[in-house]
Amino acid sequence: MSAKATTKTTYQIPIGPIHPALKEPVKFEFEIDGERIVDVDVTLGHVHRAIEWTGMHRNPIQILYLAERICGICSYCHPMAFSLAVERIAGIEVPERANYLRVIHAELERICSHVLWAGVAAHEIGFDSVLFLTWQIREEALDLTEYLTGNRVTKAITMIGGVRRDITSDMLPRIKKSLDYLKDNFAKLKKVYLEDKTFKMRSQGCGILTKENALKLCACGPTTRASGVKKDVRLDQPYFAFDDLDFDYVTPDVLTGEVNGDVYDRIIVRLLEVRQSIDLIEQCIDKMPEGEIVSEPKLAKLLATLKKAKGEGIGRMEAPRGEVFHYVKLNENEYPYSWKVRAPTYSNILPWIPMLKGEQIADIPIVAASTDPCMSCTNRVAIIKEGNKYELNKEQLHRLSVEKTRRLMR
Amino acid sequence: MTSKKLTPEEIVDSFKKEFKTKITDARIEKFTQGSKKTEMTHIWMKTDPSIIKDITKHLMTLQKYPHFAVSSGYDTEKTIDIVYHFSIYYGKRGEEISLNFTVSLPKTKPEIDTISDLIPGALIAEQEKQEMLGIKVKNIPQDRRSFISDDFPKDVYPWRKDETGPKKMVRNLHEAKK
Repeated sequence: MSAKATTKTTYQIPIGPIHPALKEPVKFEFEIDGERIVDVDVTLGHVHRAIEWTGMHRNPIQILYLAERICGICSYCHPMAFSLAVERIAGIEVPERANYLRVIHAELERICSHVLWAGVAAHEIGFDSVLFLTWQIREEALDLTEYLTGNRVTKAITMIGGVRRDITSDMLPRIKKSLDYLKDNFAKLKKVYLEDKTFKMRSQGCGILTKENALKLCACGPTTRASGVKKDVRLDQPYFAFDDLDFDYVTPDVLTGEVNGDVYDRIIVRLLEVRQSIDLIEQCIDKMPEGEIVSEPKLAKLLATLKKAKGEGIGRMEAPRGEVFHYVKLNENEYPYSWKVRAPTYSNILPWIPMLKGEQIADIPIVAASTDPCMSCTNRVAIIKEGNKYELNKEQLHRLSVEKTRRLMR
Repeated sequence: MTSKKLTPEEIVDSFKKEFKTKITDARIEKFTQGSKKTEMTHIWMKTDPSIIKDITKHLMTLQKYPHFAVSSGYDTEKTIDIVYHFSIYYGKRGEEISLNFTVSLPKTKPEIDTISDLIPGALIAEQEKQEMLGIKVKNIPQDRRSFISDDFPKDVYPWRKDETGPKKMVRNLHEAKK
């Protein structure tokens, strides 16, 4: 090692492609000065499965089931956004009742996703008792999902032109029971996340994304709303029955009167959205009109219509993590000519860079997790310092984060 | 952000006035959703590839930070078409307008200017188009692959439908020898 190299003040830490904070693969390369992050680089694509290519060799109804498998948590948003695009091209009218049912499933998915995220965030800072509390609450939401769709995760409820299962009046008491349970526990969650001293210490002023950066980098979903940007497809360009429902943009100033764009603000936005989603489901159940749930129940007939369709269309939807975007081009053929899927994390990757700059190594898990990335996780971190190689595994990096929490609690 | 919001027709007119014959095939798609029947708008325009940067600049006069969702792309026989998906006027209920600009790049010289200098959030989308369709984005701030691994062949482009596509690499299970 030359003398020049030993005087170098910064060193690099690669994190990934497998990491504890993210449950799927992505690779970060950090430039570190002491404990502080100077620069970040992100590499993607470790789980590219050529889904779009596969889709171009499937008919639109088969694609619904393929799209459902893009993501386990957003297993409803992807096929739905695809349906929206296809319905616009083929001019398929969705029955009004189906539009309300679609909202119910979308909001239930949001509750499951946000509560799951809250648990992961607690785990990242070493608060495992809260992880178990949130996942217990999520269990009730999953049971309700199972009751309504027949499945807990991959719901298979989407159909082009409507949904596949109705909600009948005898199901309402069971739904009400679950919603009441969620409402009762929401107060508990809110107290733990927003008033607890440790949570505040770890999340306030940490991982800041300014409003300007959020706008420039085209961030979406709770990540951008926590920075004070009012961007929510449900309101901006209402789809399903969202236009008939009473709700508003959730930004952190609703609760605290100010916007900081830090991890704490992202917790606020997601928690308030859980409450909002419960409210939206209740509104839907009250307002839901009678009628059909799908425009064309005979699949062969539907496929024949789609085979004749020509044109291009976009389907946009507010998934739990932000805007999901599908572009479809049909060309009077059995298979689509082109299909492009853009998941919300795609837009929330670049905002990581300004968020992580200036933070400490121990903050990496919570800051990275705070955008609720849907990609992946680091199992091992190798630190190369002055020619010597150290390796930090998942447990050690997690331990660093937990130790920081304990230090702050003292 | 400018003070006055334009209607979809006015937006198309302003683009036509600014870029004249370089904009062809403008189409306004309107539809309603829900029982209130609020009208939503998607605007589609076909444009000359040389003006993509100016189009972005013009959009930025309508709203300082237009939302760039992603760009899609597909292979036609002679050209590679890229569709840029923007939206403006977000933040107010039911007022957002989606704008989609299609550019056709000839396969003999598939080159287009970057817009990442104006909208930094477009970087990943541009990298993806380079590796998936084999186009060249001029002056892209970070020229590297984002989704395909580095050991993937350099001259195979997964979304191409011609001889540079991945056909040779695909093996159906029923064809594979046991």
